[in-house]
Amino acid sequence: MILGPLFLLGLYFLPLWNIMLGAPQYPEPLGMNIHINGIRGVSEFDIQNIDGLNHYIGMRTLPKDEDMWEFSAFPLIVGGMIALGVLVGLLGYSNKLTYKWFIGWFLLMSVLGVLGMYDFNNWMVDYGTNLDPNAIMKLENPDGTPMTYKPPLFGHVKMLNFDVTSLPAPGAWMMFVGMSLTLAAGYLGWKSSRITPDVEISARLV
Amino acid sequence: MKRFAFKIGILLSGMALLFSGCNQGGKSANNGALSSSAAEKVYVAPGEQDAYYAFLSGGYSGNLTVYGLPSGRMFKEIPVFSQFPTSGYGYSEETKPLLNTSHGFIPWDDLHHPDISQTNGELDGRWIFVNGNNTPRIARISLSTFETEEIIEVPNSAGNHSSSFITENTEYVVAGTRFSVPVPQRDMPIKEYKGNFKGALTFISVEPEHGHMEIEFQVIMPGFNYDLSHPGRGKSHGWFFFSTYNTEEASSLLEVNASQNDKDFIAAINWQKIEEYVKNGGGTRVPANYAHNVYDESTHMATSTMKKEVLTVDPTEVPGAVYLLPTPKSPHGCDVDPSGQYIIGSGKLSADITVHSFDNMLAAIEGGQFDGEAYGIPILKFEEVLAGTVKSGGLGPLHTEFDGNGNAYTTFFISSEVVKWQLGSWEVVDRKPTFYSVGHLMIPGGNSRKPFGKYLVAMNKITKDRYLPTGPEMEHSAQIYDISGEKMELIYDFPTHGEPHYAAGCPADLLKPNSKKIYRLDENNHPYGIKSPADARVERDGKDVHIYMSTIRSHFTPDNIEGVKVGDRVYFHVTNHEQDFDVPHGFAAIGANTSEILVMPGQTKTIIWEPKQVGVWPFYCTDFCSALHQEMQGYIRVSAANSNMELSWSVGD
Repeated sequence: MILGPLFLLGLYFLPLWNIMLGAPQYPEPLGMNIHINGIRGVSEFDIQNIDGLNHYIGMRTLPKDEDMWEFSAFPLIVGGMIALGVLVGLLGYSNKLTYKWFIGWFLLMSVLGVLGMYDFNNWMVDYGTNLDPNAIMKLENPDGTPMTYKPPLFGHVKMLNFDVTSLPAPGAWMMFVGMSLTLAAGYLGWKSSRITPDVEISARLV
Repeated sequence: MKRFAFKIGILLSGMALLFSGCNQGGKSANNGALSSSAAEKVYVAPGEQDAYYAFLSGGYSGNLTVYGLPSGRMFKEIPVFSQFPTSGYGYSEETKPLLNTSHGFIPWDDLHHPDISQTNGELDGRWIFVNGNNTPRIARISLSTFETEEIIEVPNSAGNHSSSFITENTEYVVAGTRFSVPVPQRDMPIKEYKGNFKGALTFISVEPEHGHMEIEFQVIMPGFNYDLSHPGRGKSHGWFFFSTYNTEEASSLLEVNASQNDKDFIAAINWQKIEEYVKNGGGTRVPANYAHNVYDESTHMATSTMKKEVLTVDPTEVPGAVYLLPTPKSPHGCDVDPSGQYIIGSGKLSADITVHSFDNMLAAIEGGQFDGEAYGIPILKFEEVLAGTVKSGGLGPLHTEFDGNGNAYTTFFISSEVVKWQLGSWEVVDRKPTFYSVGHLMIPGGNSRKPFGKYLVAMNKITKDRYLPTGPEMEHSAQIYDISGEKMELIYDFPTHGEPHYAAGCPADLLKPNSKKIYRLDENNHPYGIKSPADARVERDGKDVHIYMSTIRSHFTPDNIEGVKVGDRVYFHVTNHEQDFDVPHGFAAIGANTSEILVMPGQTKTIIWEPKQVGVWPFYCTDFCSALHQEMQGYIRVSAANSNMELSWSVGD
């Protein structure tokens, strides 16, 4: 339970999510990495070039770090959760807290994670559909509705000439590993409460 | 006989077709020569890339062309000595100074011999050097931007032909004169040539970090014609070898009068000895006037400086520095094998190739084996320095390069062929026709310690029926041979641009990773560049109007300009704000008495527009930059010379 939350430290230097945009004339795709504190280009000028392309279809420029409250709040929330998790782990190690706290931390983290994804998805909906009415290119779907450009939360879609792929990035994978470890800790703790002390010690460590 | 051979050729190619047809259906693909298809060897599938870069000189185009091997596809034409409206080179205010000389602005030259920079005798891919033959100049081209970065004029020279070859650590780029002339220039009878005209061999140092060139010294040689040259390498590093013709010192009807001596010379220059002599205060500083033009990648501008002095060296003052090696029949090519042991002189009026030995040369010098002297320069005994003679069976050898496996390949202009022969045994191994009248050839790295002996490119002077006819004037043809086997195989034939006299090549991997994609806008230090559209503006300074303009897909900032008057000089300073690979913007204004400019991402370029009539005149982007390229346009309003119209500018109002 001590080790698990520490995996979340990865979020401070590794991206949480990655969106790649490839097209025939972009054999080296453009890409953005979403970090908990802002959006960065995969290559140095990708953000500028994505904004340059998006202006044709009336999308706003990608938010700077200071443009979204999330980018200042997320680092604090993640930091709080790491501190809380380590504290719970330490107290669990000295038998002051039970495994139920481990599971409690996991559930709280999961709820926050889902809320984060929900928030992220809302932003993408807004970013991809709230378009400049004077956009250079106003395209319609086959059914006559205006075409929108929300990137996928997960997986691949074809958007005009671009193949857009959105997937969790190494920061998220580290978070998943960390969270799995805390879940495992909870499980082992639950088991040990019924069987042997060996398992209990490993649960606290994990 | 010729017709018979031609028929056999047709028959054979017909058989080859049949056989290759069979092979497609059959299973055995590797049973003999007929199954190895030349098409497969040169085919670089769509989306694939070539294995080698080839840089072919453009001769009278003044440019250098970049090709891929084995496909023969042309990638780029690099403007060097000639104005190039495609990019605005030599027209833009930033690049005009590159073409400045002591004779003023010169829009053209005859570009001959590219040579890639070397370290320890191997290609290092930093720069490529080329010579301007007509108004003697040497240029340095960056192999990360593939743009001309520097041009230095060579004083006391005329017909800068035995150039621009480099020593094995790029210590010097060497420029020898073809024409001997009065040094210094003066008014004198042409008939008094003999004994009075001189030939300057110029050693230009190359600063190792930035490549900047500086004339270190000129060796003032007898008035022969210095044709081609090559550096010693390996054991002969420190020496440089120049072929000569017209040792008769004729000034008229040279085709006869310069062909009388049975032997001319290869001049061997111990430049390390002269370098030492100069470092110890030797030589004479004489007045001169020559341009040194340098392009700065950060300001995107060139500056031209006139130099007023040059250090000359009288070779007779430096004992042991210069010797003459008798070489038959007006030698053209003067080539040194990868080991540095053999110096090959191609007597262009002869059937044979003369090979001198560096070791023999040293021994002959040591043993005092002289055969007289010319103007105080010792002539070594021919038999003492000779290593061997290649009895080629061809006629008119010109130029030799090497495959690194002990073989040499020589072009024969008169008999139109490439002959492969063995170093040491001097035996001919193979010969293949070229189409037609081959001048020079190139094997990537073939002029270094480490050749890449896979392909050979033969550059021909006569095209005739090789391609669909295009009237009297045709591009020259080149042929690619696969030389990886014992026998050479002609695998491709492609037209070139201008007249390639020489070429240099290297593996693609040497240059590919360093090729620049964009110029960084945040490193743009052009005095009229702008880093943000917010800085776009128009300023008046008397009759000069400076427009600080930016471009990004797909508009100019500003795109509406008013307050310009008839008689103004309008400077359009265009900064491309793109930071995306291969997204240039162009700029052209109606009635501009100059070319367009093509501005690379992050770059600033300037053209001058001088309005002569009132009106509202358009300008536009000349490069198809985006789906809205056609909308990338603007207007400039021109008022009468005495108008009170104030300057104003805008975009999107």
